[in-house]
Amino acid sequence: MDRGLNILIVGVGGQGTLLASRILGSVATDLNYDVKVSEVHGMSQRGGSVVTYVRLGESVFSPLIEKGEADIIIAFELLEAYRWLDHLKEGGKFIINKQRIDPMPVIMGKQEYPAEILEKLDALNIDVIPVDALDIAKNCGNIKAVNTVLIGVLAKLTGIEKKVWIDSLNDNIKKAFVDLNLKAFECGYSL
Amino acid sequence: MKKLLLGNEAVARGAFEAGVKVATAYPGTPSTEITENLAKYDEIYSEWSPNEKVALEVAIGASVAGARSICSMKHVGLNVAADPLFTVSYTGVNGGLVIMVADDPGMHSSQNEQDSRFYALSAKIPMLEPADSSECKEYVKQAFDISEEFDCPVFVRLGTRVAHSRSLVEIEEGKGINLKEYSKDVNKYVMMPGMARKRHEVVVKRIEELESFSSQTSLNKIEWGSKDIGVITSGISYQYAKEAFGNVSYLKLGMVYPLPDELIRKFAEGVKKLYIIEELEPFIENHVKKLGIDVSGKDLLPVTGEYSTRLIKEKLFGHKTDGATQEDIPVRPPVMCPGCPHRGVFYVLRKLKLVVTGDIGCYTLGALPPSSAIDTSICMGASIGMAHGMEKARGREFSKRTVAVIGDSTFIHSGITGLIDIVYNKGNSTVIILDNSITAMTGHQANPLMGYTIKGEVTKQVDLVKLADAIGINRVRIVDPFDIKNVEKVVREEITADEPSLIIARRPCALLKGVKYKGALMINQEKCKICRMCMSIGCPAIVDKGDHIEVDEALCIGCELCTKVCSFNAFEKVGE
Repeated sequence: MDRGLNILIVGVGGQGTLLASRILGSVATDLNYDVKVSEVHGMSQRGGSVVTYVRLGESVFSPLIEKGEADIIIAFELLEAYRWLDHLKEGGKFIINKQRIDPMPVIMGKQEYPAEILEKLDALNIDVIPVDALDIAKNCGNIKAVNTVLIGVLAKLTGIEKKVWIDSLNDNIKKAFVDLNLKAFECGYSL
Repeated sequence: MKKLLLGNEAVARGAFEAGVKVATAYPGTPSTEITENLAKYDEIYSEWSPNEKVALEVAIGASVAGARSICSMKHVGLNVAADPLFTVSYTGVNGGLVIMVADDPGMHSSQNEQDSRFYALSAKIPMLEPADSSECKEYVKQAFDISEEFDCPVFVRLGTRVAHSRSLVEIEEGKGINLKEYSKDVNKYVMMPGMARKRHEVVVKRIEELESFSSQTSLNKIEWGSKDIGVITSGISYQYAKEAFGNVSYLKLGMVYPLPDELIRKFAEGVKKLYIIEELEPFIENHVKKLGIDVSGKDLLPVTGEYSTRLIKEKLFGHKTDGATQEDIPVRPPVMCPGCPHRGVFYVLRKLKLVVTGDIGCYTLGALPPSSAIDTSICMGASIGMAHGMEKARGREFSKRTVAVIGDSTFIHSGITGLIDIVYNKGNSTVIILDNSITAMTGHQANPLMGYTIKGEVTKQVDLVKLADAIGINRVRIVDPFDIKNVEKVVREEITADEPSLIIARRPCALLKGVKYKGALMINQEKCKICRMCMSIGCPAIVDKGDHIEVDEALCIGCELCTKVCSFNAFEKVGE
């Protein structure tokens, strides 16, 4: 990670991608990296395609991650994973939540949801880490904890000390929800 | 101590450290979080004003009274505040006055991508432009100093990528609030022609002084690198340029109006080839060209949309990035949330095939399929005036098929005057206020209809029924948007009534904390006849699987609107 790390977080507005980027940002700050996190607020948050860019390194200028420059992409939804595929660096890692949320053109039958996305990525020799985050979150007692499950998976992948992540979760999540989220994080971490 | 802050949070921190006493705003993406964060400081008075014009007037009053004050808005909000803006340039300030304006290149959440630098130019108000969160804080503090030193309001301009990106900021102590003396000064603060003529001379002289300040201030600085190429840039474009050009020379402008002529000439003489990198209009470029300097900029780069490192590399260096297009990937436009109360009203309006003048808010999404219920959306409040204009253009029969829809907060912002116009000028329009008890699109800010302030204190509520009565509307109806039978009945009655009417469709936003429904529904596949009536409400939780219809349990909140369009009672609660 000496030359920096570009992490793209993609999903559907309302899935909690902002919390994931916030945790990641605070972890990077604790480790004394320069950090930039670019978020999406406003209209797209209403069920649209959302993307958050997290860049850390010695010194970061642009807050955006360009095509082919993401070391890691965390996709909260299958179609969004497919949409942002071209941003993954060669040899980059792709954490994909297997959840499917149909966009309105599919719901209305105007367009088809691409079939067998994971198989297609596999055929492209992409290093995919598929996660059943929705099921795991449900088993933890809250369907909304999908984001912390995925953070757990990411934490393991980065090799950054677990304690730093747990501290960050404690700092960024409302007290009443901390225990539940720590449990979800553990489930993701120990996958 | 360093903290990772949003640009907007850093602005709030800067204002606090500068000793701000009064902060005002109307929420608008991407500026909203500035005032949300200012409200967290107990020592700062902050408010959501009804609109940007009032917000600026309150801030001007606070400044004249001797306090440092800050007023924040998005780019189109500045249009609303333009009236006081141009004249406060003449009066100048007492306590420092900073006006935050956030542009939205690429229109992530806006109806146009106007470039607010032209307001600085035409109102002769200096403008600073930070490039990251650290500069957000620093520039806001400097803006207050400039405001008091030169006796003028000062703009700080943000763009979406600066306002909504987090980067590291050094947190410092606040300097504490210090009120300046107030003394009556009619020659300075009463802008009648005789006084204003003199003040205009002051403004012209002031801008000359600011021009030389611009060449001396550390806000504008040269970073010498390879002298083969020089880049003049500011704000977020500086960050993209640094990555695209690497080790060349930069003139980074922190003050974008007035521009530093002397510094620009010096920089231009020092480099072989000069580029200007700026999003939106050629504001810097036109100025530099006027100085007789040969530059490249908008001949290669667009005046529309956002820039990026990739865009600069493509357009300037001809770099091709991998264009491997995947199969046709369905777009994912934003949609009204599951449980959104607006959905009921739009279902009825579409069913009745009405002409619907729309407005600015979450409910603008009613224009998209499958609701497809909105005909127009121009600006805050326009729905009402436009419905009236349509009637005057095409007559009463046309207006019997027309309604205006406007949100509760938007109605307070600039819908009231439109409604008065309808009554006063003998129109018959029907106006529907979609009252979801919150300013939703920008992330749930309080408004004057709600009974509490930005700080959560209890206050009075505007009574829409009494308001309508006072301006002369006889027909006011209140409906529950999920009672779609009644909504249809009431809309039919009101559009045909030969006088103005107001329908208040009242149900709180489904994302509000206190709003609880009974939990997800599912479809009993034995009862479902696959008639697809439920698909017409456009709920993202109801999914057409081709051979059957399904409810996405993770999305459904159980608002039960679907049960009201289903003739076969196929929707059932999960687990029953």
